[in-house]
Amino acid sequence: MGEPFIHLARVRKVYRTRGADFLAISEASFDVEPGELVSLVGPSGCGKTTLLKVLAGLHAHDSGELTIGSRAQPFDPSRDIGMVFQQPLLLKWRRVIDNVLLPAEILGLPMNASRSRACDLLALVGLRGSEHKYPYELSGGMQQRAAIARALIHDPKLILMDEPFGALDALTREKMNLELLRIWEEAKKTIIFVTHGITEAVFLGTRVIVLTAGPARMADNFRVELPHPRTLEMKTNELFGEYTRRIYRLLGME
Amino acid sequence: MGASLQTVHRYALAILSHLALVIAWYLFVRLGEVPKFVMPSPYDTVQALLVPNYRWFENIAVTSAEIFGGYILALAIGIAAALLFSWFRWLEMGVMPLLVSLNMIPKVALGPLIIVWFKYGIGPNALMAFAICFFPIVLTTARGLREVEPDLLDLVRTLKGSRWQVFTKIQLPGALPYIFSGMKVAAILAVAGAIVGEFLGSDRGLGYLMLQVQVTLDTAAMFMAVILITLIGMVLYAMVLALERILVVRDARLA
Repeated sequence: MGEPFIHLARVRKVYRTRGADFLAISEASFDVEPGELVSLVGPSGCGKTTLLKVLAGLHAHDSGELTIGSRAQPFDPSRDIGMVFQQPLLLKWRRVIDNVLLPAEILGLPMNASRSRACDLLALVGLRGSEHKYPYELSGGMQQRAAIARALIHDPKLILMDEPFGALDALTREKMNLELLRIWEEAKKTIIFVTHGITEAVFLGTRVIVLTAGPARMADNFRVELPHPRTLEMKTNELFGEYTRRIYRLLGME
Repeated sequence: MGASLQTVHRYALAILSHLALVIAWYLFVRLGEVPKFVMPSPYDTVQALLVPNYRWFENIAVTSAEIFGGYILALAIGIAAALLFSWFRWLEMGVMPLLVSLNMIPKVALGPLIIVWFKYGIGPNALMAFAICFFPIVLTTARGLREVEPDLLDLVRTLKGSRWQVFTKIQLPGALPYIFSGMKVAAILAVAGAIVGEFLGSDRGLGYLMLQVQVTLDTAAMFMAVILITLIGMVLYAMVLALERILVVRDARLA
């Protein structure tokens, strides 16, 4: 393989509160190849959201090395990050297409080109025909699709997702998993996907990084050798079961 | 179709209740043989408009100018102050408690002072309207600007968006439902403020006219003045409602 797109070596992050210091990330070390979909899985308090915010440049880390981008894929921190959160966080006074355009407006991208790109992206995420609806006219799953389109509008190289399907019902969530894989294969982005769903992490990831809490620690990092495109039948596959058991064991649930 | 019929019904009922009040008023005066200087009939009240000495148009214009002037000033300064509060937390922590204390002052009690400082006239009366409707606007706007999802701010920060972009694209439109709820309260207060100002000292305006005709016991003219003041307030309120309809998406409106 060539140069990694993301490189972390012994990254450490401590939150200083008045009472005591809280170790949010200790010794996180991993590489991500360009175009990978990496699942960060772990219980609450394991530092996965903190790690995502460090990658997003929203928090500074205290020590260790963190580089994003390579010679082949240079990285501009102000326009190469797309974010999707647990809540869609669409602006309810804007129509869907204008919500998708928000990052383009902030970055000052040419509006005509962005508008037609927004239409293409809405078609990609399965929202053709909903461009001019308001968010309240969409279901939770559809709102999250719009949020994914918004994360893609400025053509960022890295998409950071923080439990994006955590608020959806189980069936919608399964459907959105398949949709995300399809979008990822078409858009060819590097995605870091934070979740506390173990099967979701294995099903989506080309690689899974397991974080444990108390103390925060990176417990595992393995490639998922399941072929693409992934199908729901793979969840009953023996290899899939081995991967999920491996994570359950690390989280002390077996 | 069904919905529009319902709307027609609603308007019809509203008009009917207003008409009923006027009829009840008329019957009360007529059947009770109430003297005109105690309570004029609706007809007498409208007749008062024909007295040229009362210079209705000028007085309406003066009172409207005070109300709208004070109101718009409160809107501009209130929103600007709330914006500064959201940008500078220390300013909010210092000034907001002060504003809450100042808000406890009965603004009406400031009237005599305003006259001492600024003499009397349209300006001081607009100032009175401003003083009384500034607080609800600044308080609701500050509250609305604060109600931003932290994740949404993170989203803008990853794009290196400016504070001004956060304000114009996220905070201000998000705060509009709050601002409008403050504006509705303020619209009612602004009218009261301007009229109190006119009572305390003025040489023009509907409040001034009421004091003039009180001396001559022209109760009909007083009634007319009250009705006109109410109408000015209703126009202001209706403008606020119309603006809200244009600017705030249905789902985002506060009840």
